[in-house]
Amino acid sequence: MTDFSTNQTTRKQGRAGQIALRWGLYLILCLFALYYLMPLFVMLTTSLKSLEEIRTGSLLSLPRNITFDAWSTAWSKACTGIQCEGLRPYFWNSLLLSVPAVMISTLLGALNGYVIAQWKFKGSNLIFSLMLFGCFIPFQVVLLPMARVLGILNMAGTIPGLIFVHVVYGIGFTTLFFRNYYVTIPQELVKAAKVDGAGFVRIFWSIFLPLSLPIIVVTVIWQFTQIWNDFLFGVSFSQAGTQPVTVALNNIVNSTTGVKEYNVDMAAAIIAAMPTLLVYVVAGKYFIRGLTAGSVKG
Amino acid sequence: MLKWFEKQVPKIVLAPSFIAILLFVYGFIVWTGWVSLTRSRLLPKYDIVGFIQYERLFDSPRWDTAMSNLFIFGVLFIVISMFLGLLIAILLDQKIRVEGVLRTIYLYPMALSLIVTGTAWKWILNPGLGIESVVQGWGFENFKFDWLINPDYAIYTVVIAGVWQASGFVMALFLAGLRSVDDEVIKAARVDGIPTTRIYSAIILPSMAPIFLSAFIVLAHLAIKSFDLVIALTGGGPGYATDLPATYMYALAFSRGDIGQAASSAMVMMMVVFAIVVPYLYSELRAKND
Amino acid sequence: MFMKTTLAATTAALTIMGTASFAGPQAEVLHYWTSGGEAKSVAVLQKEFADNGGTWTDMPVAGGGGDAAMTALRARVLSGNAPTAVQLKGPAIQEWYEEGVLADISSVAEANGWADVLPANIASHMKCEGTWCAAPVNVHRVDWIWASADILKANGIALPTTWDEFNAAADKLQAAGITPLAHGGQSWQDATVFEAVALGIGGADFYKKAFVELDDATLTSDTMVAVFDQMRKMRGYVDPNFSGRDWNLATAMVMNGEAAFQIMGDWAKGEFMAAGKVPGEDFLCISTPGDGFLYNVDSFAMFDVDGADKKAGQDLLAKLVVGKTFQKTFNLNKGSIPARTDVDLADFDSCAHLSASDMAASNDNGSLLPSYAHGMALRGAQSGAITDVVTAHFNSDMSSADAVAMLSKAIKNSM
Repeated sequence: MTDFSTNQTTRKQGRAGQIALRWGLYLILCLFALYYLMPLFVMLTTSLKSLEEIRTGSLLSLPRNITFDAWSTAWSKACTGIQCEGLRPYFWNSLLLSVPAVMISTLLGALNGYVIAQWKFKGSNLIFSLMLFGCFIPFQVVLLPMARVLGILNMAGTIPGLIFVHVVYGIGFTTLFFRNYYVTIPQELVKAAKVDGAGFVRIFWSIFLPLSLPIIVVTVIWQFTQIWNDFLFGVSFSQAGTQPVTVALNNIVNSTTGVKEYNVDMAAAIIAAMPTLLVYVVAGKYFIRGLTAGSVKG
Repeated sequence: MLKWFEKQVPKIVLAPSFIAILLFVYGFIVWTGWVSLTRSRLLPKYDIVGFIQYERLFDSPRWDTAMSNLFIFGVLFIVISMFLGLLIAILLDQKIRVEGVLRTIYLYPMALSLIVTGTAWKWILNPGLGIESVVQGWGFENFKFDWLINPDYAIYTVVIAGVWQASGFVMALFLAGLRSVDDEVIKAARVDGIPTTRIYSAIILPSMAPIFLSAFIVLAHLAIKSFDLVIALTGGGPGYATDLPATYMYALAFSRGDIGQAASSAMVMMMVVFAIVVPYLYSELRAKND
Repeated sequence: MFMKTTLAATTAALTIMGTASFAGPQAEVLHYWTSGGEAKSVAVLQKEFADNGGTWTDMPVAGGGGDAAMTALRARVLSGNAPTAVQLKGPAIQEWYEEGVLADISSVAEANGWADVLPANIASHMKCEGTWCAAPVNVHRVDWIWASADILKANGIALPTTWDEFNAAADKLQAAGITPLAHGGQSWQDATVFEAVALGIGGADFYKKAFVELDDATLTSDTMVAVFDQMRKMRGYVDPNFSGRDWNLATAMVMNGEAAFQIMGDWAKGEFMAAGKVPGEDFLCISTPGDGFLYNVDSFAMFDVDGADKKAGQDLLAKLVVGKTFQKTFNLNKGSIPARTDVDLADFDSCAHLSASDMAASNDNGSLLPSYAHGMALRGAQSGAITDVVTAHFNSDMSSADAVAMLSKAIKNSM
């Protein structure tokens, strides 16, 4: 923790100056907070207004009569096509695909990172570079060939198919995170363990894994956000019955004709974002801690 | 035999991921390169006709716009996000009482999908609905903020929303960096009476060089892949003034049935990525060999 | 409960792939009719389908006027898992046919005498090399002006029948501080106005040469310059906040008396109706100045699938879609008119009657024309190239001469 509020220079400026500085600091931070909060504020207030009030009122005004109708509509009644079941069924699909995909890609990332950081062999750096470059491939490029591959594997339109795609394109980032974290663990540790007769698996299981909690949190947050919010893969590789929540949200929000129910749109958006928001709010502290613990040291 | 097997375990562990990347990243890049040399329209075809798709691409004014937008957007997005992220991280690191709350506020945009925050931004930036009309309502009649509808400035609104989404994550990276700087060094500097600004510019920031690099890579990757952002905020408009290569490619491949042309634009995009990432990888590898 | 639905859906998908046993007509329908009124209209079809023993699996994908749905369709076709029926229209039907993935529904069409009840122009869109490959749902007219009755009355303006009258009316309104044209700055809306202007100024032959045959001499003619000149005028009649505005918000401006006119297809009528407005009293409809009728026909194409139950589903679906009951109920909801000409229009409003009689007249004198802006006249690459130029011109200070030169170049480049 670097803390300058109590250092010598400021103390000389006297208490009044110090308090003014403090207030200025809080003021700036709050101004930034306004910038970040504005869209959420607009979404939230809009979702609580009636359509009539949205049409007549100002964008930034608070709702006159708070109503949760839009929320219940978005959750269980909004029409996505001819089915009017709201986001509920799709929410479940998203969970079914993101939980395994996050777990598998995190596990693979941990193993890959462990090998690349601590069990180097000839060419392991090259493999790492190739994986890293894979993070940058624009996803639009892979849609069509991947569709073909899923067809061949008989996984087209299924949840396992979507899990497969997300794992493949998640490995690059998860490997990067774990590799950068494990690189900071002294090689002597591994050497000593080897002398004691421990093998590849034993060392990973009893030395590295217990140390990995912070970086697991970082990786899980990153992967969960990416997979949960994905639309492009979700819309391309699903079929009726396996569509994730982002596709349903898009169906509610992006209808090109007909009356737009903005309050339902906004409520649906917030509902669809609930799991990721929750993850950030609950695990945000560990996120910074995990990053601090070494993953960003490059 | 067992000994040999033991030695091969790391390679065996790495193999499935490596093969997957080889096939599904590099294999697909080769596939795209092949298709970019064909006349594919609705679905991919495999009869090579030469470089005609690239000629068409470079002849298209819309592609020019998309590439120069990528440059404007990319530079501003990366620079502003880095600056803002660093500034907020430094301010937050001054023993702020409600740090947890503020940090969550700065970080949450990363959790939201742009499919809908785009709508909210569209309203906020719309002169008739959002900031302009609200400020005018406060009595500042001459206040103007109409970038969203001005073809020359619309790309900057994309920057505003992009920075909003990504800068919190960069802030987290920098905050983590500040927290991992060795306390002893700073204490020593303070005892020597070195002013705070000097401590930052001469000691703390240089020690965070790797973090700048990580942040740059994350941001560059977001800038190049930016797609939802533009679709949700401007739909590429006014006209096609806010088109980016990713949206151009998507439009050609999926709404215009011109897959050959889309593939050629994808290859050009990939070359841009290559030009940015390879120097980074090179420095990564060299650092490791030290 | 969720688990059950998902499991059921997955097992259903698996059994369809694995067995050939006949379990009644099946159809998985990919469409982008997701908004309230549209979804209600599709639900009508689903009910009829179920009443005839069929099982309908809904696969809606909204967004970008069908772009997202087309993305999903490509992925599905490439993975060998094509949906049973897909909402497709215009030359895209023939394009998919050329890829060899469409099914032949001629037997249904012939058994139900489609050739006798559909206007020849519209029937031709449903045919691929002589066989029937798609079923039409409706006819939208694109070249409409929707006007606020109150504003016109208060300012003593009659509905314009020439572009000069339109300009005079708009100038007068502007002087009175009223926005003459409600418009949303999305490229497809720019293109919608453009094609109406082109038809009005150039006439049916000009339109056909330019936007169906892509004749270079016509594309670079003085008439085309005049069309762009009028577009520049139109830009001046739009309020400053038009960028990115959804079309239905533009409609709401006419409804609320904030703007006088909107040029938009008859799906806009659905908005007026939903708000309880009465045609002829609260709002007025008239075709845009000039002779002709620009149509936008929605249709379903059937994809080649395996399994007797799916094939039966396609036949049943095709039959129902062109059936009288569905054509009537669907189009009452959607604002369009039936594609078949023998449906009783007694329950339809005055604008629909006008549309139907104009369609018949245009069909006779050869001015029944496909809308380019809505993907009826050209393949995606060419119509997209035109729209790029139109929207670039509309949203900048490009001169008409430059726009025409760019148009000709863009068309060549798109080939």
